Amino acid sequence: MPMKIAPEKSFDERVQTGLDDSYMRETVRSAQERLYTNKSKAEEDLGHWEDWRTLSEEIRSHTLENLDYYLEQLSENVVKNGGHVFFAQTPEEANQYVKEVAEKKEAKKIIKSKSMVTEETSMNEALEEIGVEVVESDLGEYILQVDDHDPPSHIVAPALHKNKEQIRETFEHLKGYDKTSKPEELTQFAREQLREEFLDADIGITGCNFAVAESGSVSLVTNEGNARLATTVPDTQISVMGMERIVPTWEELDVMVSMLCRSAVGQKLTSYVTGLTGPREEGDLDGPEEFHLVILDNGRSNILGTAFQSALHCIRCAACINVCPVYRHVGGHSYGSIYPGPIGAVLTPLLEGYEEHKDLPYASSLCAACTDACPVKIPLHEHLIEHRKIIAEEEKKTSLGETYAMKGFGLAASSPGLFQMATKTAPYMLFPLTKDGKIDKGPGMMSGWTDIRSFPAPEKERFRDWFKNRNTKGES
Amino acid sequence: MSRGTIYNRDSFLNNIAEKLGRKRRSTGVERPNYEIQPQWDVMADYSTDQLIEVLKQQCTVIHTDVKETDKEGLTDVIESIMKEYGAAKAATWDDTRFSEFGLDSFLLRDDVSVWGSAPEEDDVRITEQADIGITFADYTLAESGTVVLMNGGGKGQSVSLLPTYYIALIPISTIVPRMSQVTSVIHEQVAAGQRVPSCINFISGPSNSADIEMSLVVGVHGPVRATYILIDDR
Repeated sequence: MPMKIAPEKSFDERVQTGLDDSYMRETVRSAQERLYTNKSKAEEDLGHWEDWRTLSEEIRSHTLENLDYYLEQLSENVVKNGGHVFFAQTPEEANQYVKEVAEKKEAKKIIKSKSMVTEETSMNEALEEIGVEVVESDLGEYILQVDDHDPPSHIVAPALHKNKEQIRETFEHLKGYDKTSKPEELTQFAREQLREEFLDADIGITGCNFAVAESGSVSLVTNEGNARLATTVPDTQISVMGMERIVPTWEELDVMVSMLCRSAVGQKLTSYVTGLTGPREEGDLDGPEEFHLVILDNGRSNILGTAFQSALHCIRCAACINVCPVYRHVGGHSYGSIYPGPIGAVLTPLLEGYEEHKDLPYASSLCAACTDACPVKIPLHEHLIEHRKIIAEEEKKTSLGETYAMKGFGLAASSPGLFQMATKTAPYMLFPLTKDGKIDKGPGMMSGWTDIRSFPAPEKERFRDWFKNRNTKGES
Repeated sequence: MSRGTIYNRDSFLNNIAEKLGRKRRSTGVERPNYEIQPQWDVMADYSTDQLIEVLKQQCTVIHTDVKETDKEGLTDVIESIMKEYGAAKAATWDDTRFSEFGLDSFLLRDDVSVWGSAPEEDDVRITEQADIGITFADYTLAESGTVVLMNGGGKGQSVSLLPTYYIALIPISTIVPRMSQVTSVIHEQVAAGQRVPSCINFISGPSNSADIEMSLVVGVHGPVRATYILIDDR
């Protein structure tokens, strides 16, 4: 299944791999800290952050309540400008349509800018099947693609788990790169490699941050300029959007883009925010001659009208991922989904079912930092509790984590794997909050205690290990 | 422009309406009267001089050089930047403002190519070979240090994108507080039945990426350096 990462491993195995990867954990820790600090500063600079969140939530909730109306308006306006719109219920339908366009255009090379939704549909693989070369142009995605299609580990910084030395080696082995591991030189190399690809490409494929219903426009929010290149040079443009990625008018676009840039990377606006409306007009000498918009459902409509509807308000900023203490330690690949972190733990079971993702709602301490960070006020931790309720009560697929939490210590012995994971990760998860072996400002529910008194930090050595070692020593 | 084609719309939208537990809505939806609209309070009472200060401050954050001049000094400033960047060939828009701001003779130089002026040539390729792209800003956002370009016709989107360096010419009269003022104008134009330009760019400095170890590299697929020239046209 396309949304999955490392499906051959169990959740626990993926978590263990993450915990054992000390480089990845250090990188994620410092990335989280930087992104969180930048976001906080951006909130402060803007002022009235709670008002902005309230407005954003109202916009998202109104749009989703009237999604059929706004999608109809969007599609009308796209075709009025000469573009084409394909509504795809499934990934197969979306890929089929894109393949047909590629065949009709006799395309040999397609340049892509970053798009999570095409990861969902495995569009690259589908196009490669018919002999089309697909080149990813986002720097992070390009690195992953060159490195034998390593999966992304973060929705904004997909190659976060890789260090520059690994990237240098990959470029050297597969692209003949002969310079140092300095990010500047690696980036310059990617620029040169990709510039020719852009100029040669027959089709540009992009995602869509927000479509604008009133004018039939697609907006793209980037820093590198790759989405601009993919929509400026090739003769044909195909944009693929999740059906919920839409705003009524340009006025709402302003608010959502303002929130997205600040929440994702702490920028006021990214280097490029581009609004594209249909194919080029009479007299234009660049931009695509043909424009296609693919609107994908892929399980999203099943979330409408349920307790989880607000999960579709998500604007893919990753602010929840950047504050999550669990993500911090287990990393993106542990979630087994292209959507990691709190939003991934909420969304993945909704889109793909509980069967293979029933562990995800437990990959959370329920500290609610995600909910506080969300620019559109999705109650993420409440959704996780709701998932657990459903899993425990209705689906009868009680995972070990819930069993332990519900029935207490007595059962720990019968589910040693989970117990071990909980006790193993506790000292790491609480480490950032620890000072002199005490925790004075605990997260979430823990703050109920630490507001009044310190909490002793978990020992690195678990009691069970200590006891075992002590016994062994005693005997010898 | 001939009308495009829509595929599978009714079944798709009917399903959405059904999941929302109501009949399909094709008309009659009004946007809410949003009670809280903080975007209009941002720098609401700032004078032009205050907005200029905010813009200049933001440019230090987005790695963008700023020069200030008036109409008379403009050509000299452009030439000094080209010299500083080591840029020989320039690409510009075909835009009447170049003439209004006294740049006629600059456009006639051999090393300057004007978008669309050589019909037998491929403008994208010419621009790709240029060292520096020069365009005017249609609007300028103080808060984010953004130039807004309404592309189309003589205003090719390649000019601000493909050359190694970029200069934005910013008449001070184009400066507004933030994105809200511009999107509101676009919204009014759409409501009045006008077609939106096929490409609108909000550009905030040179291209950049932090995809390798979160360390910021300025200059990726778009220009690697950018200068804003503020032109006093008051």
